[in-house]
Amino acid sequence: MYNRIKNLSLFSSLFTRSSRILIGALMLVAVLALAACSSDPTAAPTSTSAPQPTESSPGSDSGSVTATSPSSADLAGGSTEVFLQGFEDAAAGSPFRSTSEFAAAAKPLPAGEKLKIGFIFVGSQKDLGYNQAAAEGSQYLERVFDDIEILRSENIPETADVQAVEEQMIRDGASIIFATSFGYSGPTKEIIEKHPDVMFLHMGDVEAFENYGAFFGNIWQLEYAAGQVAGATSKTGKLGFIAAFPIPQTLLNVNAFHLGAQSVNPDVETTFVLTSSWCDPAKQATAVQAMVDADIDVLTQHQDCTKTIVEAAERAGIFVSGYHQDASPAAPNAWLTGAAWNWGPVYAEIVAEIRKGTYKSSVMFQGLDAGWVQLSPFGDFLDADVKQTALDTVESLRTGSFKPFTGPIKDQDGAIQIADGVVPTDAELQGTGYLLEGITGRTN
Amino acid sequence: MQYQSTLRQAQGLATTITTPPIARSLLAIVFAFLVFAIFIAIIGRDPVEVYSKMFEGTLGSRVGLSEVGVRMIPFVLTGLAASIPARVGLINVGGEGQLYIGAWAATGVALYVDLGTIWLMLPAMAVAGFLGGAIWGGTAILLRHWRNVNEVISTLLSNYVAILFVDVFVFGAWKNPTGFGYPYTSNFEFESILPTIADTRLHLGLVLPVVGIIATYLFLSRTRWGANMRAVGGNPDAARRRGIPVLRYIIIAMLVGGGLAGLAGMSEVSGIQHHLRPGISNNLGFMGFLASWMANHNPIALIGACFLIAVIVVGGDVLQFSGNLPSAATLILIGLVLFSVLGFRKLERKIE
Repeated sequence: MYNRIKNLSLFSSLFTRSSRILIGALMLVAVLALAACSSDPTAAPTSTSAPQPTESSPGSDSGSVTATSPSSADLAGGSTEVFLQGFEDAAAGSPFRSTSEFAAAAKPLPAGEKLKIGFIFVGSQKDLGYNQAAAEGSQYLERVFDDIEILRSENIPETADVQAVEEQMIRDGASIIFATSFGYSGPTKEIIEKHPDVMFLHMGDVEAFENYGAFFGNIWQLEYAAGQVAGATSKTGKLGFIAAFPIPQTLLNVNAFHLGAQSVNPDVETTFVLTSSWCDPAKQATAVQAMVDADIDVLTQHQDCTKTIVEAAERAGIFVSGYHQDASPAAPNAWLTGAAWNWGPVYAEIVAEIRKGTYKSSVMFQGLDAGWVQLSPFGDFLDADVKQTALDTVESLRTGSFKPFTGPIKDQDGAIQIADGVVPTDAELQGTGYLLEGITGRTN
Repeated sequence: MQYQSTLRQAQGLATTITTPPIARSLLAIVFAFLVFAIFIAIIGRDPVEVYSKMFEGTLGSRVGLSEVGVRMIPFVLTGLAASIPARVGLINVGGEGQLYIGAWAATGVALYVDLGTIWLMLPAMAVAGFLGGAIWGGTAILLRHWRNVNEVISTLLSNYVAILFVDVFVFGAWKNPTGFGYPYTSNFEFESILPTIADTRLHLGLVLPVVGIIATYLFLSRTRWGANMRAVGGNPDAARRRGIPVLRYIIIAMLVGGGLAGLAGMSEVSGIQHHLRPGISNNLGFMGFLASWMANHNPIALIGACFLIAVIVVGGDVLQFSGNLPSAATLILIGLVLFSVLGFRKLERKIE
C-alpha cells in the first residue's frame, strides 16, 4: 500500500534511491553558488562614494526643505513644453548643485531606449484612495514624457518584501524608484547603499540620503479647511478621525482638522482612533459604528482605501469629509468636502530634475502654493457661507498670509508645544508627535 | 466489459511504460502553465513574452535566483514540518502558527538576552525558535492523546491563536517606542542578524533547510527508527503489536516538525525582516504544507516542489511590473499547478 502511493509521488521517482540525496544537495548548492557568483554582467558600474546622510531631520530646516520650481499655473497643465520650460527656469535659479550621482537617470538615453521608473504601492491601484492617487500620478508621468516606461507593483506589504520588488525592478533596468508607502522607508534604506546609481524616492520620510530623497504634500492645509466645514456642519460638536498609525503626517492631519473645526466652533471635540492597517474594511466599519454610538456626527479618515468609511457614514446618516481622492459620488447625502492629492505634476517635476542632473536628494514639503494638494468638491447641500469660509481659508493658505499653527499651541496634556507667536516651519510641522488639546486618542 | 478491461490494461500499460511518475508530474505542471497561458491571452497579453519575463526574472539572473533561494528557505522548513509528522500518519496544518511562535521565541532572545557575540546569539535564537515551534506543535499531541481532538483541527486553529499571541507582544510590551506606532519590535542588533551571502538578500539561514533535508532523508531511509516511523504511519496497530512504542514516535515526529517550522520563523526574523511584526509570514506555513502534499511527503521531492512554488511566487512579483499582470495572478498559477498535479495523480490511481 505504502509503496504504491509512494510511486505516484510528484518528484520522488526522478532519482534512484541512492542518488536522490546527492542530487538534492547539489540543487541547493547550485542555487547558493549561482547567487554567490560575484560577477554579474548586467550589473551597473558601482559608485566609489558611499551614501552619506545629508543634513536633514525634522528639526534642521535649512537645506532640507527645497523650494521647487514651476509655478502652480504651469503645473496645472499637462503640456511637456510648459513643464520643461518650467524646469529650465527652475534650474537656472536652483540653490542646489548639480549632482551627477544618478548618471543612469540623468544622462541622455540612446535612441529607442526608455527610462524605467518603478512605482511600488502597498494596496490596490484602484482603492479610491492613497494608492489610486499615486497610481494616477504615475500615469500622468507617462503622458508628460514620451521616453519613459513605468514599472508598477501593487499589494506589496511594508516588510522586507519590498526589497525583493526593488531588487527585481533594478535588475529590470529601473533607475528611479518611487516607494510610495510610509512603512517602506526602513527596508528601503537598508538597500540604498547597494545601489548608488539608483535614485530612491520615498513619500513621507523625514530624512534623506545621497540617493534617497523624500517628499510629501502639506495636505494638512486642506484638512484645516475641511475641518472648518466639519465644525460648521456638526450639530453635536463631536468629530471623529479614523487613522491607521500615529505617524507624524497623520498627527498633523488630525491636529489641523481639529484646529479648523475649532476656529468655527470653539467647543468642538475630536476623537482619534487607530486601526493599525492602511486598508482593513472590517476594522473601518467597526470604527464607524463605534463613532456613531459615541454621538459623533462628522468623521474623516487617514486610511489608504476610503470607500468603506464614506459609504458607512452615508448609511449611518452622518457626515463625512474625504481624504486622498474625491469620493463624493459614493455618498451624495454625507459628503462635505475633502483633502486630495495632485501627485502627477510633483512626480513629473522630480523626474525632470533628476534627468537634468539638478535634483539634490532632500526632504521636500510643498502645499497649495505649488499645486501639490487640492480641495475636493463640496456637497450640494452645504450653505454658501460655509463654502465661502473654506475657500477663503484655502486662498489665504495658498498665499501664505495665514499660518494656523502660530503659537501658542497646546497638546492634549495642556503642555505648550509651540510657543506664543512662533510660526513652525513645514519640516517642523511634518515632525509632529502630539495631539492637540480637545482631541481624545493616543499617539503610540 | 471485456473491452473496458482491455482498455484499462492498455492504459495502465501505456502509462507505466511510457510515462514514469516524474514525467506525469512534469506533464501536470506543463498543463497548468498552458491553462494559465490561455488566461494571459484572454486578458490581452502575449503568453510567450510573459513567461520569458517570468523565467528571466527568476532563473535568468543573479537577483532572481537569490530571491528564489530566499523564498525556498521557509518553504522547505515548513514543508518538512508537514512531511515528518505525515510519516507517522499525522497531518500538521499548523506550520504557519509554529513559524510565528518560533519567530516570537527567537525575537525574545534577540531583544532580551545579550550573549555578546554572533557565534552565541544565532545558535541561541535557533534553539529558542526550534523549542517554540516544537512546544506549540506538541500541544496538538496532548489534545489528541488526552482529549481525542483530531490534530488537523487543533493545528489548523492554533495558527490563528499563534498570530494573535504574537500580536499581543508587538502591539504591546515589545513595540518599538520610536516606531511611529507601527506594530514592530525594535530592529535587531548586528549579533542577532543572519549574515547575507554575496551582496544578495540570501542569508545563512540557507544552512537550515539543507541540513534539515539531508538529516531527514538519512534518518527516514537509513535508520531503524525511520523504518519504524513508516510502520507507525502505515498501520499503528500492527506496529504496536510488533513492540514499537507508537506514541513516542508520534510525539517526536510532531515535536521535530513543529521545531523545524519554528526554525523557519527564526530564519525569517533574523535573516530577512530583522524585527518581529504581524504578517511576517505571508502564508509561508501554508505554502510549505501545500508543497509537502505536492511532493507526497518525500523530503527530496519536497525540494522540487518548493523550488517550483518559489519560482512562481518570485516570478509573480516580476510579472506585476514587467508583464503588467495583477498581483492575484501568482495565486491563480499556484492554484492551477496544485490542482493539476493532484488531479493527474488521482487520474493515475484510477488507471492503475
